[in-house]
This record gives sequence, structure tokens and C-alpha cells, in this order.
Amino acid sequence: MIQEQVTPHRQKQMDHRYDAVAKVTGTAQYAAEFTGPFPAKDVTYGYVVQSTIPNGTLLSINADAAEAASGVLAVLTPFNAPKLPVPPPNPPARRNLTVLQDATVSYNGQPIAVVVALSLAQAQYAASLLTIRYKQEPAKLEFRKHLAEARSPKQPGKEPAVNHRGDTTAAFAKASVVVEGTYVTPIQNHNPMEPHSTIAWWEGEKLNLYDSTQAISGVKQSIAKLFQIPVDFVRVQCPYTGGGFGSKGSMWSHVPLAALSARVVGKPVKLVLGREQMFGPVGARPSTVNRIKLGATSDGKLVAMQHDVVMNASVLEDFTEHSAGVTKMLYKSPAVSVTEKLVEQNLGVSTFQRAPGEAPGTAVLETAMDELAIRLNMDPLQLRLINYADTDPSQDRPFTSKNLKVAYQQAAARFGWSKRPTQAGTQIEGNNLIGYGMATATYPANRSAAQAVVRILPGGRAFVGSGTQDLGTGMYTMLAQTCADSLGGLDPATVQVKLGDSTLPKAPVSGGSQSTASVCPAVQDAAAQVILKLSELVALQTASPLFGKGSSELTAKDGRLVAKNNPALADSFASIVQRNGNIPVEAMGSAEKSEGADAYTSQSFGAVFAEVAVDKDTHMVEVRRIVATYDIGTLLNDKTGTNQLEGGIVWGVSFALHEETHIDPVYGRTVNENLAEYHVPVNADIGTLDVTVLNIADTKFNPLGARGIGEIGITGAAAAVGNAIFNATGKRVREFPITPDKIMTA
Amino acid sequence: MNPFTYERAAAADTAIRAASSHGAKFLGGGTNLVDLMKYGVEHPTTLVDVNHLGMDQVTPTAAGGMFVGGSVRNSDLANNPAIVRNYPLLSHALLAGASPQLRNMATTAGNLLQRTRCYYFMDTAFPACNKREPGSGCAALNGFNRIHAVLGQTDEGAASPHTCIATNPSDMNVAMYALGAVVEVQGPKGKRSIAVADFHRLPGKNPELDTNLRPDELILGVTLPPATFAKNSWYLKVRDRQSYAFALVSVAAGLEMNGGTIKSAGLALGGVAHKPWQSKEAERALAGKPANRTTFMDAANVALTGAHGYKDNAFKVEMAKQTIVRALTLAAQGVQA
Repeated sequence: MIQEQVTPHRQKQMDHRYDAVAKVTGTAQYAAEFTGPFPAKDVTYGYVVQSTIPNGTLLSINADAAEAASGVLAVLTPFNAPKLPVPPPNPPARRNLTVLQDATVSYNGQPIAVVVALSLAQAQYAASLLTIRYKQEPAKLEFRKHLAEARSPKQPGKEPAVNHRGDTTAAFAKASVVVEGTYVTPIQNHNPMEPHSTIAWWEGEKLNLYDSTQAISGVKQSIAKLFQIPVDFVRVQCPYTGGGFGSKGSMWSHVPLAALSARVVGKPVKLVLGREQMFGPVGARPSTVNRIKLGATSDGKLVAMQHDVVMNASVLEDFTEHSAGVTKMLYKSPAVSVTEKLVEQNLGVSTFQRAPGEAPGTAVLETAMDELAIRLNMDPLQLRLINYADTDPSQDRPFTSKNLKVAYQQAAARFGWSKRPTQAGTQIEGNNLIGYGMATATYPANRSAAQAVVRILPGGRAFVGSGTQDLGTGMYTMLAQTCADSLGGLDPATVQVKLGDSTLPKAPVSGGSQSTASVCPAVQDAAAQVILKLSELVALQTASPLFGKGSSELTAKDGRLVAKNNPALADSFASIVQRNGNIPVEAMGSAEKSEGADAYTSQSFGAVFAEVAVDKDTHMVEVRRIVATYDIGTLLNDKTGTNQLEGGIVWGVSFALHEETHIDPVYGRTVNENLAEYHVPVNADIGTLDVTVLNIADTKFNPLGARGIGEIGITGAAAAVGNAIFNATGKRVREFPITPDKIMTA
Repeated sequence: MNPFTYERAAAADTAIRAASSHGAKFLGGGTNLVDLMKYGVEHPTTLVDVNHLGMDQVTPTAAGGMFVGGSVRNSDLANNPAIVRNYPLLSHALLAGASPQLRNMATTAGNLLQRTRCYYFMDTAFPACNKREPGSGCAALNGFNRIHAVLGQTDEGAASPHTCIATNPSDMNVAMYALGAVVEVQGPKGKRSIAVADFHRLPGKNPELDTNLRPDELILGVTLPPATFAKNSWYLKVRDRQSYAFALVSVAAGLEMNGGTIKSAGLALGGVAHKPWQSKEAERALAGKPANRTTFMDAANVALTGAHGYKDNAFKVEMAKQTIVRALTLAAQGVQA
């Protein structure tokens, strides 16, 4: 284990993504694009058939016509599919899967059969020939009409569902000002650009998968358990993932369905979900209904906060979106009460979506804070500063590093917050009402155990490998940079990087914004071990100028080992490996949370400011500009990092204005299951983005001083936009997304 | 994919002959039909490609108007200098629709025949849609009906074989109505002209029919009458995002001005009915009146007479009125840049 360094230095940044050329030339191969090692002509195509009722039982599936259709190899249904050795497990597979083991239908869109054919078109056509009979049962739908039936989660997940500190009842009674409101966030589907896709093929009892995933090791574990085969019999490869946002963090039913189909037809089966099939079977962010009550003194000091949230969950499985989590820790309030409850629905399973908890949590809490500021006739930024928490109030412990005040100041200055109209609806340009709004962004800094291998190859080039994933986030770039830096300053562009293969050393799920913070320290460790090995080798190489030197006397610099006390004495990695018979020199490295991490909270923060123009007749909103400054520790690569933060902000605009999964109240089916009707922002919806980071290293968190940045961008942005809309119009819409009709009728 | 045959027609009459076989459809840009085939909503047995019949010209007419060929692409039409100059309303309506990629493919005739975006029509997993499966009922009535009609719909209850609250999603069509365009068609028995207002249908008792075009009739093109609104017109579209979204409500407003007085008006609404909703009463209410807010509000109230919405789309009535007033105000001020 590497000694955690106190003073980080800045890595040399790659100017372009490591994988940029492969991406723009189309040579980067995604899971569904592989044509080997099996004979390409052997590939068959699976098509998932989904239920069209929300609740009930399958009585029969007549597949005679489908099986007779051209090109069809097999039709798997609950009535003929091979039985898996044990019922689908929950943890560690985590998800309650639907893999044709019984005839129960729990939601509209649930996988109920797979057709395998020689082409996708043949499989789809054959699927249309199936005659499916159901026994329907009344479905649990329209959860907002059943809020009173809410219950506590059976498994709350990462945080307790109930949390109290202080006496809120007494505090509210004494508060000078109390604001109270109900704030609603919708169901949202992840919709990564690349649909979920798997190619499965068996070699005897060994299973191979190309799978578009955020967690190759998670898929490996889950599917081995499901099929009751040794974990080592499974290999999962995923060199590139076309976005996941949480929807590829778990193994969903289509993966074992591909494996099951491949076993039945004895050939590789490629199974790619259609866009419309990604609304239900691969998770969604649940809708949350948040009752928030804030009490404050007349000078703006919070005395009590209450946040009670009810959300939809699937009848299949509890998942808690901790939208009340931020209320516990964002501000210094002596009394806080939080509850989180679920209403079971006949819907697909809810799951992690970018900043689960914090995205809706900041959207609703920061709207309520804006309402409190308005009631107090106070600058909303001033209200945040008055209630600034220097230490983590939820756990009563210090932060490893928190510089949110600086972020507030920097973003406010860049935005021109001092020009904010203090009275809503007073800044008018023609038919446009102009408004300014702000909110706080936050996301925890997570870290898990990770491993990596570093190798010095003949010729002196370096190789780094880790079983992590690159979701378009920049992981290749991070590994190249960190490896190059840790070996004493190589050119990162010369480093060979391999990831996305479960035969590589194990790394965690690319979720929770933890990959860089977890894997890069393991790379640092592996590189340090390699340098040690090179030192030991060179000490025995009589032809080397460093012959006989002790490893403590040497350091690595620019692709060479150098004597610390005499820089003229040096030997290149290439020469050392050559004298080693050109056998690569390699070492494994690992890293995990430092001891004593539990004494601190590691958390990122940011300040987001938005300017909107709202047309007073059409009520359409134009987001003119967003200025945001983040306190995320050291930013390792400006280009990939800023890109992540900007992408998060764009999603925050989407959260504010556009995005919602609409479920039919009778049939329980998503009605807008395509990208024409499921709205995300287009370019014209995004004005100027001004993103900066403080770049203050958090070395108590990890030796890089870098906290994760994958998710914080989406937080705060929705509330900043909504608060700007209030400032423009004087209208408060408490239900996201804020569409023109809601502004008109507010 | 369902099996179907494809043939490329070389002339209008051979295309029409080919289309007379049962289940045949003409193929233009394919931006709507091909999607619906993939969704299993449309099942043509034969696709007759009419992209190569020389119907891609925009030409002046003897009467002083313009003739737009049926396969003129939406992008080409929107950017045609004569259209931009004399029919800016049509140009702006076209540019408000879809995305550049779709406009580059979509044709004038195809846009006239664009089918509804009603969720329940487009997804065969919903059992009830009178437009898709005549007699099956209407799932939208008690479903999620935010994008649905508030004018001219048939509402006899969800189980009725007549009920349909679908809307026509086109932007181009709305401008065509305000401009008084005429659709030129040819069938086995010859050619005929159909005023665009008579081309599309309200659902009535046959919601499966979008238009009065017969299956073996080919749209040759559209005749635009001599321009009367070249100096004062506006297409205003209210939507959930700045581009690539169907209208919640849209308004095509054209005014023929005589000083501060309205000589004549063209006014049509999109997003509110089974066809673009042209209010002749509102147009009459505008004619001869001073171009001011009172006049515009009166016209808006007249245009929305009889409107009624549902759980999720009741807002459209007020939104349509506000949008009409704004569009007329802008039209009175001049022409959209």
C-alpha cells in the first residue's frame, strides 16, 4: 500500500482524451460491435418481448407461428426456458430480475420472452407473431393518489430513512418565519446514448460477455451467482461504454437472458435493447414528493428543517432516492427531521441516476431556501452564508476540505449577482422577463478499494491496466496521466492503457463519482512498486551505470532511473528491461480508503447561478447563462473534467425544464418512450456555460487531492434555474419540470 | 420488419396504378411512415417510391401564386427565395418543425399526411386506439392527454368507436391553412383540387381517417394563392423546448393591412385539434377592425369558442388565446425576420 502523500503535485495533463482518435474515427469498439473471437457469421440476434399489462400472470404464449417464421432459432418463454439452478438472487446480484423463471407480470414492459433469430429484423418480426394470453390483476398505479399508503423502506440503502436531531416541534414554534411547501420531482429515465447491449457466448461451462456496463466485476459476480458457475468461469469485456448514468451500474435482466439464449441455441447471441425498451427494464429515477418546512429567526438563522419525502418504488424491489439526505447536512440547523417513505407501484425497478438523492434533493431544498430568502426579504446568497456549515452537521465531524464560501464568492462575482433584481418580475426586456437565481451544489466524495497493474514494456513504454470502465468520462485519460506521472514524468500519450476487461485487476463500479478517486491511487501504488522492481534489477545489472545502487538512492525521472545524489548517473527503463531479457517488469498496486477516513466527511460543493428570460406571453424559458464554481479538490484534467461538469449542468437544465417520464394511469406503460417525446435539452436550450473549479487539493481524502466530479454538476442547477424563473416572473412552480403551461397557470 | 415490396415509380400514372393494389402506400421522405412501420403501426404491403417523379419544383402560377411540388423537401421550401419573400409565414412554420435532419428529408406531400403523435396511436401495446384499430376505443381520453385536442374532437367516452382526441402535429399545415392553400391530387380517374381546409378531417365518426385523400390518389403538390400576407405575418409556436418539440399550441397569423386597419386575416391554430384549426369566424372578426389588443382578444375568444380540455391539456385553451393575441400583435407590426 502506498504511503499517502501530503503534498500533491499537478500531473501533466493530456491535451486530448486518450481515446479521442479512436472515438472520432469510429475504431473504438462498443459491446455490440464485436465480431470475434467467435466466427462473425455465427452471431445470432435476441429480441426481448415485453409484457403489455402492468400486473397479472401469463397464461400462455403460443409461439407456433413465430417458430415457423424464417430465420428463427428459438423462442424462450417462462414455459420452456431452462430453469436456473436457484431463484434469481438479490444481493449481490442486487436487482430482482425477470429472467423467464416464472409467469408473474409485475409491470408493463417486463421481459416475458426472447426470440432468437439469424437477424434482428427476423427476431422482431417473429416476436409480433406471438399470441400472448394473460390473467390480469388490478395494478398499483398513480402513486400520488396513494401517498397515505407510504411505508418505510425495507432496506433503506446507504442512509437511514429516518433521521432527527434537536426538537423540531419546539423550534418551529419559536421560529419567526416558517415556509412550508410540497415540491415534486418526476420519474426520469437515464437514456444513455448507447443502449444496453450484450453479446454472450459459451465455451463449455465458461461464459463470455461483451456487455455495455458500468461494472464489469459486478456483472461477473452477478451472472456467476445466477447460473451457479464459478466466478472465474465468467469473463466480461467492455472497453467503451456509451454513457450509463447509473442505468448500467447493475446487471439487468437482458444480460442473463442473452446468456440463457446463447446456451439454448449454442451460438453467440447479441441482444441490444431498443430505445423504447429502456423505459422500465433498466431502471429509472423515481418520482419524489417532498414536504419541506423551514423555520428561521428574523435575521435568517435556520432553527428547524423538516423534510418528509414519499416516492414511488417497484413492487419488485425497494429503492430509496435519498432526496432528504442533503437537508441533513447542507446547512447548520440545530433541529432537523427527515423521513423517507415508499409507495409500491406496478412499475419497473427504480435505481441510481446521476447524483441519486442529491439531484432531486438540491432541486427541492434549494427551492425552499429561495422561498425562505424571499420571505425574509434577504439576498438568497446571504441566507446561505448565514447558515453556512463549517463542519458536517449530520455527523458532527469535520470535512476533509470545504471551501464553499470561496466558490460562492467566485461564482457570484463572475455572474454579476450584485445586479440581481431584488423584486421579482421587475427586469423586463421587450416581451421577456429576466430573472437571476442561485443554488448550492453538493455531492459526496466516495472511494472504494481498487487494484491496478503497471508494466514497463520492452523499449521502455509503460502499460497500465485496471478492470475499471470508461463511460465517456475520461478514465483512459486518467489512467494514462496518473501512470505517466507516477513513473516519474513520462509522456502520457505514450502509455498503453487497458481497462474494461474482468481479467484485469479488480476495480469498483463506475458509480458514485468514485472511479478516478479510487483507481488512480492504485495506479500510483503499482507504479511505485514497478520503480522499486526496476531499482532492484538495475542494482544487479553490471553493465548499468547504476550497478550496486540501493533502491533508496534512486528515483524515476523522464523514463529513467536517476541517482538522487548525482543526476548524471542514470539508466533508461528501456535499457533495464533489455538487460532483463526484454521481459516486461510489472507490479500490482492497490489502494483503499485511508485509515481514519471515518473521522471526516469528504464532500464536494459548488455554487450555481442562472439567468433566464421568460416570454410573458408564451411562457417559454430561455436559459441565457449559467455560471458555476466547484470545490472538488484538484481537477486532474481540465478538458474531461470541465466537460463532465458542463454535462451535469445541462442535465440540471433538463431537470428544471424538460425531463419527465409519463406513465399511463390505466395501463402503467411509459407513453413517451422515445427521444422525440422524452425531452432533454437541445443545443438551443443551453446558453453560455461558465464553469470554474477552485482546484484546492483535498489530500486528507486521497493522495491525488482529487474528489470525484461525475455527478455534482447536475446538483443545484435545477433549483438555480427555477429560482431564476421566480425572480423573472414572481411565479413559483414547485413541480419539476417547469414547462410553459405550469408557469402560465402558476 | 414486416415483409413488404418496394417499387420506384418513374411517372405519376404508373405510381398511381401501383398504389391501387390493396395496402400500398406512397413513400416520400419516409420520416414518419418508416418510423410507424418499425413500430408496427403501419403495415403497407407495397411502398411506391415517388421521389423521382420530377415533383420537386417550386414554380409561379399564372394566377400570381406559387405551385409547390409534392416532393419538395421541407428545407428547400423553407429556404426558397420566392417563398421567403412572399410567404414568410410558410417558411417560418417549416423551420419551426422537427430538426434540420428531418426537414432535409421530409416532403411537402408527406408533411400534409403526417400522422398524429398521440402516444396511444404510436404504441401498439396500448389496446385502445380508434385511429389505429377502428372500434377499439380511445386510451387517451382517460390516459395522459397533455398533447391532445381541445377543439373539434369526438368524445363519446373511452369505449366508443368514435372517440378520438388526437391532434395533427404538423407546423407546415398550420401555415397552409392560414394561407388558403389548395392541394392538387391525381387519381386513376384524373386530377382534382382540394382546398387544404377540406383536405384534413375532424375525427367525426371515422377517426381512422386523417384526410379525404383516397388511397390511390397521389399528391402532386400544393398551390398557394397570390400572397396577401407577405408584409404582415407571424408563426408562433409554444413548445417544451427551443427546438425539436411538437407544438403545445401554435398560431399562424397573416394580416392584410390598410394603414392601422385589418383588411383581411388568415388565422390557424396547431396542436389543438385533429386538423389545423382555422377559425373563419375569428378571421371575419378581425376584418375591418383596428389592429389593436381588443380586436385581437376578441378574435382569440371567438377562435376558442366551444373549446374544452381534459385532465392534462385544459391549459391549452388559455394558452391558445394568449398565443393568438401575441401572434396577431407581432403580425400587425410586420414580418418575422
